[in-house]
Order: sequence, then C-alpha cells, then structure tokens
Amino acid sequence: MKIPFAITLDVGSSRANHTGSWRVERPVYVDRLPPCNNACPAGENIQAWLYEAESGNYEAAWHKLVEENPLPAIMGRVCFHPCETACNRVQVDEAVGINAVERFLGDLALENGWTLPDAGPDTGKRILVIGAGPAGLSATYHLRRLGHQVRLVDSAPRLGGMMRYGIPAYRLPRAVLDAEIARVIAMGVEVQLGHVVHDVEQERRDGKFDAVFLAVGAQLGKRVDIPAGDSSRVIDAVNFLHQVAEDDPPLLGRRVVIYGGGDTAFDAARTARRLGATDAVIVYRRNRERMGASGEEFEQALGEGVTVRWLSTINKFDGDRIVLEKMQLNSEGFPEPTGEFEELDADSLVLALGQDTDLSLLEHADDVTVRDGAVQVLDSMMASSTGIFAGGDAVPAERTATVAVGHGKRAAHSIDNFVMGSDAQVKERHELASFERLNTWYYADAPRTERPELERVRRQTNFEEVIGGLTPDNALFEARRCMSCGNCFECDNCFGVCPDNSVIKLGEGMRYEFNYDFCKGCGICVTECPCGAIDMIPERN
Amino acid sequence: MTSQRVHFYQVGSFAVGNRLLNEEERTIQAQADRTNSIDSGHRACQGCGEALGARYALDAAMRATNGQVVAVNATGCLEVFSTPYPETSWRIPWLHSLFGNAPAVATGVAAALRAKGKKDVRVVAQAGDGGTVDIGFGCLSGMFERNDDVLFICYDNEGYMNTGVQRSGATPPAARTATTEAVGPEPGNVFGQGKDVPRIAMAHDIPYVATATVADLHDLERKVERAMEFHGARYLHVLVPCPLGWGSPSSETIHIARLAQESGLFPVFEAEYGVVTSVSHIRRPVPVEEYLSRQRRFNHLFGANPRPDIVAHLQAMADENIARYGLIAPEMEHSS
Repeated sequence: MKIPFAITLDVGSSRANHTGSWRVERPVYVDRLPPCNNACPAGENIQAWLYEAESGNYEAAWHKLVEENPLPAIMGRVCFHPCETACNRVQVDEAVGINAVERFLGDLALENGWTLPDAGPDTGKRILVIGAGPAGLSATYHLRRLGHQVRLVDSAPRLGGMMRYGIPAYRLPRAVLDAEIARVIAMGVEVQLGHVVHDVEQERRDGKFDAVFLAVGAQLGKRVDIPAGDSSRVIDAVNFLHQVAEDDPPLLGRRVVIYGGGDTAFDAARTARRLGATDAVIVYRRNRERMGASGEEFEQALGEGVTVRWLSTINKFDGDRIVLEKMQLNSEGFPEPTGEFEELDADSLVLALGQDTDLSLLEHADDVTVRDGAVQVLDSMMASSTGIFAGGDAVPAERTATVAVGHGKRAAHSIDNFVMGSDAQVKERHELASFERLNTWYYADAPRTERPELERVRRQTNFEEVIGGLTPDNALFEARRCMSCGNCFECDNCFGVCPDNSVIKLGEGMRYEFNYDFCKGCGICVTECPCGAIDMIPERN
Repeated sequence: MTSQRVHFYQVGSFAVGNRLLNEEERTIQAQADRTNSIDSGHRACQGCGEALGARYALDAAMRATNGQVVAVNATGCLEVFSTPYPETSWRIPWLHSLFGNAPAVATGVAAALRAKGKKDVRVVAQAGDGGTVDIGFGCLSGMFERNDDVLFICYDNEGYMNTGVQRSGATPPAARTATTEAVGPEPGNVFGQGKDVPRIAMAHDIPYVATATVADLHDLERKVERAMEFHGARYLHVLVPCPLGWGSPSSETIHIARLAQESGLFPVFEAEYGVVTSVSHIRRPVPVEEYLSRQRRFNHLFGANPRPDIVAHLQAMADENIARYGLIAPEMEHSS
C-alpha cells in the first residue's frame, strides 16, 4: 500500500488495542434457582417448562414438566401452589398463574394422548410399592423410568389413594384422575388392588423384593370424645368422603355441622352442601388467621353457602342440637374456654380433626422407627438401611398431594442408589434468584388471567368441577408473564447494550459468551439483564 | 384488552431482542450480523453512553441505506477515542476535519455525492453537544437553513468531557463541572442559560427533528430509519450519559438515561416540518431526585447541606416539559 505524503504508518484497526486489560471485574453468566422451583414440593423445574410454553410449544413444555411429575392435570387442580406464593412477579403485579398453566398442559396432554417417557432398560431389580396414592404413583413412575420392576399394591379397590377417596370430584374430576393414573400404569406396572399388607417383612420376602416403598397415607380419622346421644349421627370426614367417592353417601340430614379447620373440613362441608344440606356449618376452635385450610378453598366454600363458627368447641351433641363453648385466644394464640355456651341445630356431625396412619404392617420391621404415629425417615426418604423407604402422609411432613409426589420422586432415586449400590448425590442447587437481581423495567405490564369460576349457584347442587381451565390464548399469555428469574431467556439485552461489542451471540438456544479481550468490565450488561443471569466477579491478577 | 393479550411477548418491545418476536420486529442491535459501525478496542471510558449511542444510530442508518453511509465527525470524545493515529474503530467511511465545521463538511460531502450522481449514498454528520450546541452551531444553523441532505446527530453528554468536563451550552442547571464549581449560593451551572437545540432546529422548519436516549433502543432505531426516509436537513438529538463527567457508576449508563426520560427532564419526541408529531410517554414516573441523586455532579443538592429549593426548581423544569409535550399518557392521568 502506498502511504500518502507526511503519513508514516499504515492504517490499523482498533482491535489491536485489547481494552480487556482495563478490567478489574468481569461479568460471568450464571444460572440461578428460580423461587418457584425452590418452593415446589414436587421438585418441578417450573421456569424451564414455562420457557417452552412461552413459545407455544406445549408438547415440549409438558415433556419437561413430566420429567419431574407424572400427574400435571391432577396437580393443576389440587396443588396449593407454593410456587405462586414464592413467585417474584408478586412484587411487580401478581404471581404467574403457574398452577393454571400446569393444568392447561396436563389437560392438553390427555386430549392429545401424549405419552410418558418409556420405562428404562430392565435392571432386574424388584421394588414393592405399598399404597397407590400420589406418593406411590410418583415413586412407581420414577422407578419404572430407572428400569426397575414395580409391584404396586393398595388395600382399596381402585388406584389413587386420597386423590380418589379424600378429594371430592368437584375439585378433581374422576376422568382426569383415571387417565393420569392409567398413563403411569401403562409403563408396565404389576398392580394388586384390594390387597392389605399385614407384615411388610413377610411381603418383601415372599415377593423377593430388593426394596420397599411405604406410602400408606393417613387413612384413619381422629376421634375426640364428645358426649353424644345414641341417636346422634357422628361420622369422621375421611369415612364420609370415602363413602361419597364410592357413590354410597351416608344420610346426613339437612343441617350438617363439621368440626375442624383444615382443608378436609372444607371438603366435607362443600360435599355436604352438594348432597343437599341446607346448612353446612364449620365449627373451629381458633380464628381465621390460624385456620389450616387454604385461602382459595375457604373463599370458594363461603361462596357456596358454607358458614363458619370461629372460636368454638363442641361440648355435646344430643341428636338434634349441638352445644358449643365459646373460646378466646390467649397471648400465645392458644384457644382457652370462656365458659359461655351456645346452641346449634344439627342433624349430624362430621369430625375433621386430622388423620392418623395405620402402621401395623411395620410391627415386625424392627429397624424402622415410628414416632408420633409417623415413620421416621432420612432426607433420602430411607426408613431402614435394609431397604425400606417411606413417604407421603405416613412420614412427618405437610400432608398434601404435591409433597407426596415429591417424596415419591426422591424415594425412587434413593431406592435406585440403594439397589444399584451407587452413591450418586443429588446435584447441588444453584443460588436463589432473588427479586433484587431482576430489572423489571423490561417486562411488559400484564395482570394475571383468572380462571373462570363456575356460577356459584350451579355448584351447590352438583359435583361438576368448580374451577375451569385456561383457553390456549390466555395460557400463552399467562406463561409469558414468567420473568424467567435467574435463567437466561435470550432477550439479547447483554448483546445489545455492550458499548464495546464484547458479547458474542452464539445463536438460538446457545446463549452468549463474553469476549474478554475487549470487555472493559463496565457492568452495563449486569444492570440491564432483566432476569439477573449475569454476575460481576473480581478479576484475577 | 383482548387485542393486547395477543400482542403480549414477555419482554414486549422493551428488551433488545426477543425470541418470541418475528425477526423483523427485533432491533438491529439484536442481529448477530449488525454492522458494528464502531468496532471493539476503542478507547472510550467504561460504560460510555456515546460509544453505545453512536453504534446504535449508525448501525440503524447502515441498515436503512443498505450500507451506503458516509459519516462526518466533529472533534470531541467520539472522534478522539475512536481514531488514535494510526488506528481506527470505524468500519464505515468516516471523515474528520475540525471541531466546529462538521455540518459544513457534511454539506460538502453531500454536494460532492450529488455532483458524482451517487444518489444512494447518504451523509450522516455527528458531534457531541460541544460541537453541536456551541462550537459548530453557526455551521449547523446554516446547514438547516439551506436544507442540505444531511442527518445530523448530536450525542449529548451535557459537557466537554474529554478535555476535563467543562460546561457546554447543553449542561443542565445546577450541575457541577470544572468551570461551574459547586460553590457559593448558586452552586453549579446557572439557571436560565443554555440552548434547547431540538427546539431551535424545529424553528428552522426542517423535515425531521427528533430526540432519543440510549435507554430506548427500539425508539432510537425507529427514529434513525424514519430520518433516512426524508431528504433535506434532519436532526437527531440523543442523550448519552457520561459516567466520568456525570459521576455515575459505569454500570448505570442506560439506567440513568431512562431516569432522565422518566423524570421528564429529557423529553423524547419527534417533529416533522416544525410540528411535534409524537412523544414517548412516561411509563413509570419518577421525581427528579431519583435521577439527580445518582450523579456526583449533583451531589451538592443532597447530603449534609441539601438544597431542596434547587431540586424543586429542576422539578419545575421537568413538569414544564411534561406539560409542554404531554409526556403523561391521558389514561395514566385518570388513574393517578
């Protein structure tokens, strides 16, 4: 090249100047644990399946979902969604309707006949699963995926456990329940119904099982001593709901009183209304704030005409009248009797005071510790080093279907380790993606889509499902409200805002990379990342 | 409401890109094959708003003209940090002459192209606020008056930054610079002086005048594209925060620009032939303190000896902008 007059150097590019040497801090891409995933008792990777749903790829979203939980259509109805309570979007407008989208995906899968992943290659190991409720079914599913043979036994004539015999049909239609269970069984499971296991050790020896998962639930309604006349109709809620589920409802009369403040009490009250009770009155010894039932269930029950007597205990039931004693909360929040009494007309009394577990099958299992009516387990759900695992309502934990599904999954992986002689650890969780790390400017404003509620009048008289599903349009809308906390969703912000062109775009699905030759470490990418997926770390010397 | 739902895309059009949008609806900066008019290795400070603004604007101009752009640069940060002899960061044809004559040089380039019959090649002139508002102002006004076919872009960082942060005609009142110390009863730059060049440009009745910030990329790119649809003199005024001169963290360049807009201190609008045709409404209103208190050049208004009277004066300026341009969307006024 001929250099012009008075010029001594060829023109060069500024790329010769590696401005990366200015840097004292460097940006790095990270993945953080979204609060929804952190809160999910079933260990779902919610952010990941919403990511697929956001682009309308519902089948991929569903497959991502069932990697952790084989029962999305059920969960989308009965789960009390702690994920939504934890959702960072609460601090922007309202939580993402995760539960509603989960149900939408679950229903779509049933409609389209999407199938669960195939069972894994046979390991030759045999596992006995006792109890076909959410914990047992979840364990069965994961064990089959790991290639183990499963025999699933239950004392009831049908599968589903408390999902069938405890949760009323207006919350969980039986067609949905049956279809999702059938999908698990179709993976190749030996099912034995109406079979009561009396001695777990004997059963294990007879069937030559390598391990046992105990998920017998809590089937016994707690009783309290209430002076009651001979003619008084008293029934516990577990039996009541069980009989209704078997299409053989007991006659309760027009005025039904339910004693207790948990979800089961509200299930019983709402069921009583549907069976024709004009009055369904819940009597609870504490107040609204201390009630165990979920807010949603409470609101829906009130909307259906259920009434509540707060701060009251039942003193006596003499056939058509109940005597209540008024209570007051002491400074520690415990109810104390006041000595004031009231009367309440009643044809029957339903006791919903909690449930106990029948663990008589463990009498000869000497290695298993039972304390306070629950099987003691390690984090791995192991109850005995001989290979007995337990989960669901039979172990000390919150008694919900979602927790049970999580137990089943965790137990399945522990059983796999046990029978295969491996000691694979659960991989470490990422740090939490907190709200403070988000830049919410970038998210479009969007209130949450409410699921249509059935007209209240209609649902007092039948067992039709109360909560409707989302339409494809508003499911997509709802999924897109996800802020993808702590996980890059390829918005190109870092690539666009870098004043030094030091972010390399690797192409769809492959995210980005920093070019540290030129990155000056200004940190704009960190500030402008909507989801907080970039950290700034001190530069090495 | 229903139609809004269909158009809801998680990050909508706020982020640079969005995998849920069609390719053509994403920004030019989201494209892996963007021009990168100003290349890596330039010597701008960490977090420089001007380097960012120049790439945004010129990449958009390149896209709008199929890559047929000649850029003329006035003296200033942008020129100094991009072309230390013998290196250059420019990946487009680029000329520099003097501090004050960029509009005149651009006029000459446009005339030369016309003489050679190169109708498809377009001219962009660019300068900082010093080269625009003060030193190049006579040439600029002449270029407007003659309606020469040039898009003139001012990257406004509100002072002479590369010479050591001196006051310019675009420095805001009360701001501390090397020549407006934060001392005395009226600390910092005086009130009532300085020039509002976008409005002066509009007074020339030229085809297109617009303001923008580096915080709203979609808006900035759209305005460059719109400007390239006109022939004749056009003016684009882009607010580009300067971490060094403003005393703000380098990581907050875009955030600060956004606060300037959201507080009303920097109105974002566009005008054709002297008439305002659209304004960017404030999305999340903030008081001016939110903007001022993040910058060391306004430190003397806060802290041990605060000057709420001066902050109130600046708030009044913001309110005046809000009223003049209608920066609050009508539906928002009802809800507040």
